[in-house]
Parts: sequence; structure tokens; C-alpha cells
Amino acid sequence: MHPAVSIILFTTLSGLGFGLLAFLGLGYPNVEGFTAFVFFALGFALAGGGLISSTFHLGHPERALKAFTQWRSSWLSREAWFAAITMVVMGIYAFALVILGIRLIPLGILGAVLCVGTIFTTSMIYTQMKTVPRWHHWSTPILFFAYAIAGGALLAGQTTLAPMLILALAAFQLWAWQSGDARFRTSGTTLATATGLGNRGDVRSFEPPHTGGNYLTREMVHVVARKHAMKLRIIGIVLFAMIPWVILFVLPFSHILAAIAVLSHLAGALVSRWLFFAEAEHVVGLYYGKR
Amino acid sequence: MTSLPTHTEKKLGLVIDLDICVGCHACVTACKGWNTQNYGAPLADQDAYGADPVGSFLNRIHSYEVQPEKGPAQLVHFPKSCLHCDDAPCVTVCPTGASYKRVEDGIVLVNEDDCIGCGLCAWACPYGAREMDPVEKVMKKCTLCVDRIYNENLPEEDREPACVRTCPTGARAFGDLSDPESAVSKQVAARGGMDLMPEQGTKPVNKYLPPRPRDEPLDVLGPLLANVAEEPKGFLGWLDKTLEKLG
Repeated sequence: MHPAVSIILFTTLSGLGFGLLAFLGLGYPNVEGFTAFVFFALGFALAGGGLISSTFHLGHPERALKAFTQWRSSWLSREAWFAAITMVVMGIYAFALVILGIRLIPLGILGAVLCVGTIFTTSMIYTQMKTVPRWHHWSTPILFFAYAIAGGALLAGQTTLAPMLILALAAFQLWAWQSGDARFRTSGTTLATATGLGNRGDVRSFEPPHTGGNYLTREMVHVVARKHAMKLRIIGIVLFAMIPWVILFVLPFSHILAAIAVLSHLAGALVSRWLFFAEAEHVVGLYYGKR
Repeated sequence: MTSLPTHTEKKLGLVIDLDICVGCHACVTACKGWNTQNYGAPLADQDAYGADPVGSFLNRIHSYEVQPEKGPAQLVHFPKSCLHCDDAPCVTVCPTGASYKRVEDGIVLVNEDDCIGCGLCAWACPYGAREMDPVEKVMKKCTLCVDRIYNENLPEEDREPACVRTCPTGARAFGDLSDPESAVSKQVAARGGMDLMPEQGTKPVNKYLPPRPRDEPLDVLGPLLANVAEEPKGFLGWLDKTLEKLG
């Protein structure tokens, strides 16, 4: 799939933001006053900024509010609702905590649950795509959840929990890459089933419909990144897992090092999210002889 | 509403005969023409006369080579457009309700005024039937020429999709596939009409008629003629044997 910058930024940043807000809702770290303000501002900036960047890939962003209407059938619509409600609930919780100095514990727990719900609805937009076998698997929601929670723990300064979550994330991501590589092959969709001609012999694409590209080949038959997939996986895992882990677990604590750990994790998460899209193979590529 | 109807009164669709399609692309041109001049946003092109032309089309013709175990390869021209699926995954993913399947005839349409151009429906379609218009930034798809088939301003023989009307070989037929007595349903039954990617569970309405089996090549004179390829003699014969020995 075409790795659109706005979608990569949106899923990565808002995932991190909702991860951080979930920790804040549960009272980790147990902050108040100006420190709480800074933490919440970061959480809302990441979550909200990601959501705003998601509208940049729309053909008609001025109609974006219509996306709230189809929550009965559409995961994208459900995500819009979850994100909006979560922001409101966490907004009230943050206001009460920062301005009034009151910790509304049940509201914070509700907010944390809604944060997880938002991350889940985001992941389901991709998981539901039967046309992209790599995504159409139970591991996709877990992967999105793992990135959000590990990144959230790191941002929330959970120095004991974060290194463990980051290691778990790295292990799960490695397995997800490995198992995802075979999924298109084992999905059962081939040029033979796509054309219905498989029982007559070997089918191969003889001539495409036109010599140039089109919306489909640009959007769904992206192949550039796959050339460097292995290198990018290594770069990703070094950045999002190994460097932050070494900083948190091995080196003595300092704020500058912690900031480096966060930035490194963010850069690695962006690389891996880029691969999430770039490596995803859509079955329509079969019709173009590209699988 | 982007929930799918549980039942449609008709299942209007196309039957495409892969046996007789000659790959002339007339249906592509007719489709582009009609859908640029009529209902909805025109099907735009960009850089049409430049180095990198690109445009939206609702119907495209692929060509595939099928190599059977025995005998010569066969070329199959393969028109592909929206299959107006019963279980259309493109409809349910739409967040705005712009995509819908009509209860009265099963046609899958896009209300362009509600489309936000997110592209998710094109991702959900396994067949590549939906394309984002490069100029209007709304999703375009085959309407089964909904503005022709019910159009009483047109002569009766023109009240069928532009691709069907224009096909010079009659490789495309239009009709109600829910009615077992319709001409298209009878064709499907007689010729073993098939679904594309049945494992995707989309239950397409459009059917494809597979190419008929080719005759065995009939060689009348061949066996009576003298063998042309003779064993080499003289110097060439010696060279041939010597090279064989070298392994």
C-alpha cells in the first residue's frame, strides 16, 4: 500500500498520545499542577495533532464531520466517535486535575479505557481489510496496542515498566513481521482465483490495461520500500526498542537521555509504521501481475 | 446508510464472455465518454498529452496468457469493472454513508456530495473497481449507467450500459441476475458463469463466462509428409557426434 505521510503520522502520533493519556488517566505518573499540565499538553498535542494530520489525506476535508454518521457499520466512523469522546473525557479529567486540583479517579479510569478503545478502532480500520492479507489478522490490533502502550509508558516516565514493555513490543513486532511475510501466499487469493482461469493452466499477465500507472497501481501496488525492507526493519527495531532500552535500563537516569530515548522510539515507530503500509500487499496487485 | 440491504429486489449486473472478447477497448472508451459527459463529476485526466498521463477509468481491460499443460498458450482479454457485489466490502467501510447499495436493483453507487475522498472503499475492494478522481477528489465507480438504463429520453435500444451497447462482439450482456428466466441468467447457467476471487466472500453479481475449450489441432497432411529435419551428414555429422562425445 502507498505509505501516505499523513496516515503514518496520524497512526503513530495519535497512538503514542492516547497511550500517554491512558497512563495519565490511571494516575501514572501521579502528577499535579504545572507538571500535570505539561504531561496532558503533550498527550493532547500528540493525539489531537495526529487526528488533524489524518484529515490532510482526505479529498474533501471540509466534509470530515460526515464521518461521524456511519458508526453502525464503519470502523473509521467508530474511530472518529471514540477519539472525540476520549478527548472530551480526558479533557474534563485534565481540567479538574490541573486547574481545580481534584483527581476524578473513575473518570480517569474511564478515559484510559476509552484510550485503548480508540487505539483498537484505529487498528480495526486496517485489520478489517480482507484485501490486504498481511493486515487481516488478530496480530494487527495487538501490534497497534503494543506500540501505543510501550510508547505511552516511555513518555509517562515509567522507568521500570517501559523497558519491559519495549522488549515485549520488539519481540511481538519481530514475530508479526515474520508471520506477516507468508500471509499473502497462504491467503488463497492468486491470479488463478482472480481471473477464474486457474483450472485451465498457468495464468500470467500478458499485457496491462495501459502503459502508464493509475490510481490503483499508485495506491495499492507500492513496491519501492520492499527493496530495503530488511534494512528498515533493523533500523526500526534499533531505534524504537534497543536504544531506548539501553538508555532506560543500563545508563544512569538523566532528562536529556530520557528525551533522546523518546525521540529515538518515535523515529523507530515511524519507520516501522512506514513499513506497515509499504510492505502491505493488496490483492488487486495480482491483476497487474505485481504479486 | 452504509449497512448493506439484506435483500435487493433485482440484481442488475453484467455477464462478460471471455470467449469472445477481442480486447478492442471499445467499452473502455464508451464508458469513459458517457461517464465524463453525464451523471456526477466528469472522469478526469491529468497530463493527458504530456509525458506521464493518468486518469480515472471505471472499466479497464487486462490481457492474460493461459498456458495449459498440453498445447499452445491461450490469450484471454479480461474486462474488469465493478461487480456490484451482494456483500460489497466497499460499502460497509464508508464512514460517511456516501457509498450505498440500492435495494431496488442492487446497484452500488457513490453519493459524491457526501464523499470525503478518504479512499478506504478503494482499499476494501479486491477488484480495483474504484478509483479516486484526480481532479474532483471524490471516489468514482461504475454506476451500471444508472442514468441510461432507466432513461426514457433515450431510444429503448440505448437503455443499457454504454459498455454493453458499444461492444462490437456482444461479449457483454446486461440484465437481472436474480431472475433465473432472464437471458443473462440462462447464459450463466449454460456456460458455467463464474465469480472472481470467490474466496474473498464478496458474492459478486457480475459473472464471467469462461473461454470455451479449444479444438484439438487437426493435422491432416503432416503425417504423410517426409521428415524435414534430417540427421546431419558429412562434416556436420562428424562435428555433431564429436561434440556429443565431449559431453
